[in-house]
Amino acid sequence: MMNVGLFIPCYVNQFYPNAAKATLELLQKSGVHVTYPVNQTCCGQPMANSGFEYLSKGCNDLFIENFSSFDYIVGPSASCVLHIKEHLHSDTDEEQATKIRAKVYELVEFLTDIIKIEKLDASFPHKVGLHHSCHGLRGLYLSQMSELNAPPFSKPQYLLNMVKGLEQIKLDRLDECCGFGGTFCVAEEAVSVKMGKDRVTDHSKNGAEYITSSDLSCLMHLEGILHRNKSNVKVIHIAEILNATT
Amino acid sequence: MSQTKTKDHAALAGAFIKDEERVNWHDGALWYIREKRDLAVKQIPEWEQLREAASMIKSNVISNLHQYLLQFEDNLKKNGIIVHWADSAEEHNEIVYAILKAKEINQMVKSKSMLTEECHLNEYLEERGIEVINSDLGEYIQQIDNEPPSHIVLPCIHKRKEEIGELFHEHLGTEKGLSDPTLLTRVARKHLRNIFLTRRAALTGVNFAVAETGEYVVCTNEGNADMGAHLSEVQIASMGLEKLIPQKKHLGVFLRLLARSATGQPITIYSSHYKKPRKGQEMHLILVDAGRTRQLGRKDFRDSLKCIKCGSCMNTCPVYRKSGGLSYHNTISGPIGAILAPNLDMKRHADLPFASTLCGSCSNVCPVKINIHDQLYKWRQVIVKEGYAANTKTLGMKTMAWTLSSPANFRKAGKAGRWFLQNIPFVVNNPFNPWYRQRDMPEGPKESFAEWFVKNEIKKQ
Amino acid sequence: MTTREKILEAVLKNQPEATALPDTSMFKGTGNDLVQKYMDIFKTIGGPCFLADTIDSVKTLINEKFDLSKRIVTTLPELSDRFELISGTVDPHSYNDIEVAIIKAHFSVAENGAVWLTEEVMGQRIIPYICQHLAVIVYAESIVPTLHEAYEKIGTGDYGFGGFIGGPSKTADIEQALVLGAHGPLTMTVFIIN
Repeated sequence: MMNVGLFIPCYVNQFYPNAAKATLELLQKSGVHVTYPVNQTCCGQPMANSGFEYLSKGCNDLFIENFSSFDYIVGPSASCVLHIKEHLHSDTDEEQATKIRAKVYELVEFLTDIIKIEKLDASFPHKVGLHHSCHGLRGLYLSQMSELNAPPFSKPQYLLNMVKGLEQIKLDRLDECCGFGGTFCVAEEAVSVKMGKDRVTDHSKNGAEYITSSDLSCLMHLEGILHRNKSNVKVIHIAEILNATT
Repeated sequence: MSQTKTKDHAALAGAFIKDEERVNWHDGALWYIREKRDLAVKQIPEWEQLREAASMIKSNVISNLHQYLLQFEDNLKKNGIIVHWADSAEEHNEIVYAILKAKEINQMVKSKSMLTEECHLNEYLEERGIEVINSDLGEYIQQIDNEPPSHIVLPCIHKRKEEIGELFHEHLGTEKGLSDPTLLTRVARKHLRNIFLTRRAALTGVNFAVAETGEYVVCTNEGNADMGAHLSEVQIASMGLEKLIPQKKHLGVFLRLLARSATGQPITIYSSHYKKPRKGQEMHLILVDAGRTRQLGRKDFRDSLKCIKCGSCMNTCPVYRKSGGLSYHNTISGPIGAILAPNLDMKRHADLPFASTLCGSCSNVCPVKINIHDQLYKWRQVIVKEGYAANTKTLGMKTMAWTLSSPANFRKAGKAGRWFLQNIPFVVNNPFNPWYRQRDMPEGPKESFAEWFVKNEIKKQ
Repeated sequence: MTTREKILEAVLKNQPEATALPDTSMFKGTGNDLVQKYMDIFKTIGGPCFLADTIDSVKTLINEKFDLSKRIVTTLPELSDRFELISGTVDPHSYNDIEVAIIKAHFSVAENGAVWLTEEVMGQRIIPYICQHLAVIVYAESIVPTLHEAYEKIGTGDYGFGGFIGGPSKTADIEQALVLGAHGPLTMTVFIIN
């Protein structure tokens, strides 16, 4: 049986435990043995993206300590997984860091590429807008990127298609960034909010009841705008949709 | 010339965004151009291979630049073109001035050249009694408004037609309130035509310079470069060192990529190949460094020199579209500007690599496959190491690193944060919290996932 | 040390290890129905394009399309009975008032609607830019599919000046509204001779 280490990003742990629970359940349902190392903290991305990569050594060491022993490491966050994939290094155990970079997966790609899931016992009878997080899209290549002249595909859409009753809405701009961007969301607050508002408008005018994504950072940002503007549109992590039963 | 020195991108963007209707219009206009680009790209099945080839050709250029410069210079001379070398912007301007002074010329017409914008050539010459008129319509509009261009291909994309009409009323005597683009363009046509016919000197930029043959190509839609050049006694071309391409046939690759990337056109209306002077005409070409050799020496950033100045990164960038080119306080703005500018003045432009969410769309549209978003990330590390990050940010980051590298500290901090959000939200939900200005904070759940897990699941583990 | 030496020295010192040029021979267009392809593209650019059997039929079309009371110039000896032949030696400024210029292109490119001209067929370099209306004659068998074939034809090029011209001059600088006729000709008409 596959031995999977559950990687729950810092802010998901603190603010969105339901998404983490849904991820745990989905993985268990898919037949793998899941372990959650309780001493994990963060991947170090917030520091690194702000130019302080050199301060993320502590996070890196902790990550390696917690996750070396697994066949795969799976997390419900494209941006955190991407960060580990690209930036995990160790002064003392680079071999281990390299191994981890090769076996860390975001939840959606783990289900489609490793588990090779073909059906889901899930039901979510609502209109859903899929938000492609940039890290998931252009970093992890979870779907085809609209800029390229290349054949279309989408791993999250493939999974959403398995959910009973779910209707995916069509957006005006398929994969424009939501504007979260880490510390950008406060350092460039005006632009960040404008970008978020524009995404929210695209989803609501095209009929979305829910906005979903592989990245809760995007959703947290969009949710902040939705709530402030007293919108009926809700955000939900894709794990919770894929794990939803009637 | 007003280049805002003290305000950073965030402040300038904030001011731009206040007028939401204008931002929506600006954003929509540029997105439309991105869509046109996409349509054109889909017509070329070999598009991604063309990008790869262009990228490799430019890598070959910057890694053999010394040899190509010598070859190019040799061929230019054989063609009868006078070659100059300029180390700095100042030296470039001095050379142009000297060329004009030698012929006792005090009026010049100029077609689009971002390099000369970078060098502030117009001001330099005006201070010495030489009048320079920008003949590209967008650049002409910016010139009469005493404002730099906001976009390298669409200089006044941020201006409404009513504003342009007002400028024309003030400077060209058109009827007040006239804002029809065709009518305004006709007025400019007439006015600029007279300029072309009476100016003895013309200056152009260079889109591509061919080392193999000693010729250079200038691409326009308006025909202004040619109108100036073919009526001039003295023709000057200003060129950044990196504009070279090795062989004539490579123009096939680059010209197929350039206009489609820039505006979605299959080719610019005019792609003019200048090789030898007209009988009785003098032709000059100025090779300009102005920081390019320094960028060439930066291992992580030298690929930014592959840029062919198409502007597609600006059109796709959501930050650019919603903040406007002038908020980048640099001649070249947008994503490519943000990786070129810190090399020119790291202190002044330290904010630019942070004016991005690192979404990566720019790298995908770049016809020469510059890894723009990777370079933005890398510039951030350099800028912080060089000490240009705000002190408060450094302190905040160190605290974050301390908290996140210890499981115990992390648990305490997380619990504290959630407790505050649950019980005393105004501590966080207040005007001092920039997040809170226009967004609600996430709710603080009673238990973190880890706490729930330890209570319920850990026995099963 | 001169500036030239300083720059060259800096380049040599800073340039990275050499990488090879790619093979670009696989880029080529397909050769079928180029006339139709060219006409379709040129139409989208905003220029009329006519098929004609001979240069004489072009004469008739020109008489129909343009104001014959204005100054019309040409490089084609076949048209010199009707229109003024361009002189290569007079001051280019003297062509300021030409209404129409009728010239012949070396060839044209189907993928982008552009014609290739050198000063040899322009009469004078300024001619195709200064006229109010440009008319270009192109032979059908000379049409190539893409720019790759175009540059094969051009070779290193023994000209002092050459250019692709892909339609009437244009600008969209004012609120992205397309205006045909910026500083170059207001219109461009292409006559394809079979």
